[in-house]
Parts: sequence; structure tokens; C-alpha cells
Amino acid sequence: MENLVEIRDLKVEATTDSGRRVDIIKGVSLDIAAGEIVALIGESGSGKTTIALTLMGYTRSGCRISGGHVRIAGKDMVALSERERASIRGTEVAYVPQSAAAAFNPAKRIIDQVIEVTRIHQLMPVEQARQKAIELFRALSLPNPETIGGRYPHQVSGGQLQRLSAAMALIGDPKLVIFDEPTTALDVTTQIEVLRAFKSVMKAGGISGVYVSHDLAVVAQIADRIVVLRNGEVQEVGTTADILSRAQHPYTRELLAAFEPKPRGHDVVVKDREVLLQVNGLFAGYGPIQADRLPLVRAVQDVSLTVEKGRNLGIIGESGCGKSTLARAIAGILPPFAGNLIFGKQELAGAVRQRSRDQLREMQIVFQYADTALNPEKSIEEILGRPLTFYHGIKGKQRDARIDQLLDMVHLPKSLRHRRPQELSGGQKQRVNFARALAAEPKLIICDEITSALDTVVAAAIIDLLKELQRDLSLSYIFISHDLSVVEAICDEIVVMYGGRKVEEITPAHLKAPQHPYAKLLFSSVPKLDAGWLDSLELDPELVRTYGHS
Amino acid sequence: MIPSIPVSQKFGYRFSWVGMIGLTIILFWGIMALIAPHIIPHPVGEIVDEDYFGVMSSRFWLGSDYLGRDMLSRVLMGARYTVGISLAAVSIACFSGVVLGMTAAVVGGWFDAALSRFLDAMNSIPGKLSGLVVVAAVGSSITVLVITLAVIYTPGAYRFARALAVNINTMDYITVARTRGEGIFYIIGSEILPNIIGPVLADLGLRFVFIVLLLSGLSFLGLGVQPPFADWGALVHENVGGLPFGAPAVIVPSLAIASLTISVNLLIDNLPKKIRDRSA
Repeated sequence: MENLVEIRDLKVEATTDSGRRVDIIKGVSLDIAAGEIVALIGESGSGKTTIALTLMGYTRSGCRISGGHVRIAGKDMVALSERERASIRGTEVAYVPQSAAAAFNPAKRIIDQVIEVTRIHQLMPVEQARQKAIELFRALSLPNPETIGGRYPHQVSGGQLQRLSAAMALIGDPKLVIFDEPTTALDVTTQIEVLRAFKSVMKAGGISGVYVSHDLAVVAQIADRIVVLRNGEVQEVGTTADILSRAQHPYTRELLAAFEPKPRGHDVVVKDREVLLQVNGLFAGYGPIQADRLPLVRAVQDVSLTVEKGRNLGIIGESGCGKSTLARAIAGILPPFAGNLIFGKQELAGAVRQRSRDQLREMQIVFQYADTALNPEKSIEEILGRPLTFYHGIKGKQRDARIDQLLDMVHLPKSLRHRRPQELSGGQKQRVNFARALAAEPKLIICDEITSALDTVVAAAIIDLLKELQRDLSLSYIFISHDLSVVEAICDEIVVMYGGRKVEEITPAHLKAPQHPYAKLLFSSVPKLDAGWLDSLELDPELVRTYGHS
Repeated sequence: MIPSIPVSQKFGYRFSWVGMIGLTIILFWGIMALIAPHIIPHPVGEIVDEDYFGVMSSRFWLGSDYLGRDMLSRVLMGARYTVGISLAAVSIACFSGVVLGMTAAVVGGWFDAALSRFLDAMNSIPGKLSGLVVVAAVGSSITVLVITLAVIYTPGAYRFARALAVNINTMDYITVARTRGEGIFYIIGSEILPNIIGPVLADLGLRFVFIVLLLSGLSFLGLGVQPPFADWGALVHENVGGLPFGAPAVIVPSLAIASLTISVNLLIDNLPKKIRDRSA
């Protein structure tokens, strides 16, 4: 049988700033049979999205296909004219982007955007297209399929919007759908619903799919075959079961190993337990103050917690549960409205301005996106040097030596010091971000989702780094994440937050048996490296209705 | 895309030829403004040609004006006033506007609200009109002109810089600097300014052009630089009677204004870029 997609010896090159040409895809060949879902997996920069885009005959600006063929149902996307490619896009090949929120026009109703493909290609009359869209909404198990199309994109949730963008892709009856990390931006509890919907629609229609992701566990649920990529080359191809259980290539093994981080050992540095930070009945939020002296939007309500010296506290919960607001309130960025903070022996003032320089130095915060946390106009040297000069008054040669030391601590080469942040990889940027916090010589570092924007392998390396630094410098971390496996790997205690409140506090020893219903749902929603996990997963519908937001 | 040639591989800067043309013309006028008193063939106020609106000749390269004065000398001396006054005014306007704008964005609250409303109110007064009133009331001198022009263009620079700085102010690296305990001057000077300097320079170029045109306009109305000295706007004004004769006396200063304003924009749009190639 002839394959639906045949990619032969595909090469894509990019032109750099100085006019140099770089090969980013170096001779990739792969096939996709009709009705098959193939996953492209690899770290960022491995070329997975670039390959997926060539299936539509498209390359990002500055790139071009320099060799090879991409045949879809016999037509070579490389050789076709732009007009011919446009007629294939949407009707034979469709694309589901990573961020549905960015893919929808906020000023137009959803239904009009979903059926736009049929209008452009003049596939069917508008009324018929609307009917079809509603059927698709139903098939993707969206609530109120009849009326949801009449809403605007900001009126539906992230998980719903992602399914609506799948409906947009499917309306032209494509033979091949490209999913570009469609669930990466979603919470685990939402991700399950979306994955299930995708899977059932694809199976029902016998549609082929390309699923781009860096998350092996997600891919294991939906793909028939997995292609492992690195640096623009295929490392390993195999059926999902083969890759998961009998991976041949060392890189694939590394990916698999990164998925199961080593649980935190009992090598606790500090023997005598000493309370470092105590938070009592903290309220924080936004908006005008109400009659009860609390703000209109209460993102954090009555949260109390303790961090001990040399031990780590994890805070988990879905997006919008108030975990980042809590971090900001502790750091003084958003002064709390009620409750008090005791750091060391002293009571901390609410706002940054009222805290002493030493108090600020001892508590550092590291943000999720190193891209926005590092000033793009400054060199690594300036970024790391500023806290040294500011807090410790170190200048000149001494400062240079200390910067080298810091780079060494986070395992970065000294040659990086003259680079700018955008010239580093995601993992390197996050290391610099962390080194800047270390430069202050703090006692407590608040890590706000610091591994969430990173690939599994890179994230695992960062976690190892954090553990190592903790051993050497006897730090404490408050580790905020929505990813349970990451928190489990590093924390001594875990706080589960839901709707701005602390719903449960557990230690990893009792982790298998959370008591609060939301904690139960959350813990059972984390994908496992097992191809049958999604199909066999049974969630209590009562729980999903109460706490799921999909 | 405009083809560009690397200026120097060693420094790794890339500068397009369009930008270079702009820079050359600006440098030319800048040098002329500096050395004009030493190279002009005739004193600016002296009537040297027996004919008026004289044509270009070997004695008077750019012809003569409505009184028979040497046009080349007058245009070169005019560069002093046009370039000098505009440059001074635009520097003051942009410096105060950008500093206030960044401060307002970082401080926020009532300071931002009060300053923004006050400058908005100033912005609502038409520039030429307020210029006319001030000059008519206080009398025309170079200091008055510079200050008037600077005040007229400060609110625009403020708005522009504030809009840019507000976006940068929400970035995490600003939050990091605040939690470090940094003061406002470090935040605006070291964290925000480097990120908005590109658009701010582009705005400075545009504003320079506006000021040149407004100054020329004021001079055209007789309220700018006073005789016997004249900036380019005044030169156009006093020689406008030569238009029916196609006299170079009216065309040359117009061309001078055009060449300066256009080349400033060419330069601003094509500033040298540093080549930052990750693995090179």
C-alpha cells in the first residue's frame, strides 16, 4: 500500500544574521500510512516543528527547503507553486497550533473562524458548514455544541479553545492533521479531555496525524509510531510500544530516563530543624478594597505554610489556583492584604520597599520564563555582576572572578559571559537566571515554574543542578509547579492549592494517598509512560465535573 | 530588502548604503554649520551683486537673493541656525520627554496620572500657534526659539517613551530589579533605556524633522531668526518673490531643508546593526 506521506531526504537550511547558511534539517526521511498517527519527538531546536511545517510546503522566514521531497498523496509539496500549495492547505493538510489563544482572532465569533476554511476553498454552503462544525464540536465533546460557536474566543477556556482549533483544522476533511504541541500549554486535568477528544475524532475519521511534542508520556497515549529527532536528524523510529520498552538509541534512553526523575534522597544537609520562613494566614489579591478590607479578586486566601532551613517546599496546583500570586506575595512584589511573614527571626514587611537590603538579598525569586527575566540588552556578565556589586560591593577583578565561579556553579562555560541572553539556549538561559539568584548568596530561593518552559531532558538537568547546589550551599527552595513529577523529585513537603486556598499538605511518603478530592484528581491526571494509560484511566465523573475546567 | 554591505568584518557591524548616504549628507551639513564663517566667500549681509535674483555663475555659485546678496554664503550660514537651533531643541525635548516618560511608567499611580494629563493638555495646543504667541510676546531670540521649540515637542516625546516603557516595565527582569531593591534611576537608566533606545532614536529623528519644519515655518512668518541673519526657512520666505523667475535663491534653501530632513530619516531607519551570530 502506498503511504499517504513520504518524506525523502528532506533538507532545510536557514540563513543567519551574517548571511551564513546553516542546515537545520539534515536529510530526514519518513513515511506515514493512511490513518496512522506519527509523533515527532525531541528537544527544542531538534527540528520537529520545521519538519511538520514542510508538510504544508511552508518554512519559517529565513529558512528554505534546500533538498529532498515531501509527497502527500503523490503531490510533492516542495515542487508545487505557492498557489497550488495554498489549495492543498486546509483541504488535504491542516494544522493545529500550539497556542490556540494566539491562533484565534479575538474580535470575531468562533464559528465564523472555524468555517473560514470552507469559505476560502468554496467547499460547501455556509449553512452546511455550520452544521458540520456543530457535529465536529459534538464529536470533540465540547459543551453546548449548538451554541458554543456563537461565543468569542475569550469566552471559552483554554482546553475548549484548543479543541475548537482542532475543529477548525478538521472542517475541510483533511487527510493529514498536524498537531504542534497542542496540549503543552494546558493543565494536566484539562490535557486528558483534549487528548481523548483528539484521539476519538482521529480514529473515527481514519485521519492521519503528525503529533509534535517533547512530552513522551503524552505522545505515548496518542501515537502509533514515534520518530525521535535530534539536531535535525532522525535518531530512532519505532512503534510506540517498542520505543517505550525497547529503546535502542542512547538519546531515546536519555529522554525516557529524564521522564522519571530520581526521587529526592534522604541526604538532608541540615540535621537540626530550624524554621526559615513562616507564613501565617496570608491573603493577597487584586482590585479595589472591599468593605471587609480585602481586595475584590482574592487570588490567595488564608494560606499558612512553613519552610525549614535546608528543606524544600513544593506548591502545586493548576493555572489560576493562586500559586504564583502566593510566590509574589512572599517576595513582596504584590504586598499581601492580611497575614504575616516571619523570615529568619524577624517579621517581614509586606512591600519590597519596606524590607531591608539584607532581607531582600536572603530571599531571591526565579521566574518561569528566562526570556523575560533576563534583560535582552545586557550581557551575561552584566546580568550576573549587578547583584554582586549591589549587595556585596564587589567590583573589578574580584567581580570577574566571582562571575566565573557562578557560571561554573551552574555548569556553564566561561566563554558565555560576553553573550546576550538571546544567544543562549533555553536551558542555558534558565541556568543564568538561577545563577543571578545565587549571586546574592540567598538563604531561600523561590522557584516559580522554572522548569515548565523547558524540555524534559533539560528540565531534569536543572533539577539535578538544584539538588547539587542545595547540598553545597545549604539553600532552601520554595518550588512552584504544575508538574507533580518535578515537585516530587525535589521537595520534602508538598502543598496542594486549589481556588486560592491550600487544600492539602503532604510529604512524599504519603503521596500515593492524597485525601482531598482535588488532590486526588490532580495526582491521577499526570500522564504515565504507558501507551494504554489514557484508555484505561477512569476518573470519577463527579470529581471532573467539580474541579475540571475543560 | 535593501542590500547591505558589512562595513567592517572586524567590528561585525552591518550598515546599509542608504544609511551611509543619509549619514554623509548630515555630516556635510554639520561640518558646514561649524566652519561656515571661515569659508563663506562674501559677508552674509553685504549686497555684492548689482542684479537681484541673479542666476548661478562662477562668481555667485548659487546665484544672489532679492537684494543681491550672495546666496551660497547665506545658505551656508543658514545651516548654522537651522541645524543648531533644531538640534538643541530636539535634544532638550527628547531628553526631558524620555526621562519623564520612563519615570512615569515606572512610578505609576498619581504621579503618572498627573504628569500625563498635564502634558496631554500641553499637547492639545497647536504647536505653531503657541510658538507664534510666545515669540510675539517675548520677542525673538535664539534662546527663546530653542526653549519654545523644545517645550512644544516635549509632550510628544513623553507620550512615546511612556508607551514603550510601560511595556518594558511589565517584564520579569524589571520585577527582578525591583525585588533586588534597585532605585528608580537604575531601573530607568540601566534596565529600560537600553530596550527602548532604538525606537527613541527613530522618534528623535522624526522630531528633529518636525522642529526643522516648524522653525522654518516660524521664520517664514518672520518670527524666527532675525535679519540680516537667516535660517533656511527665512531664506525661502524672503526670496519667495523669485519663484516666477525660477530663481535659485528660493529653490536652493528649499532643497537644503529637504536634503537634511530626508537624510535624517534615512539614517534613523538604517542605523548600523551589530551582527550577532550565535556560533560565528
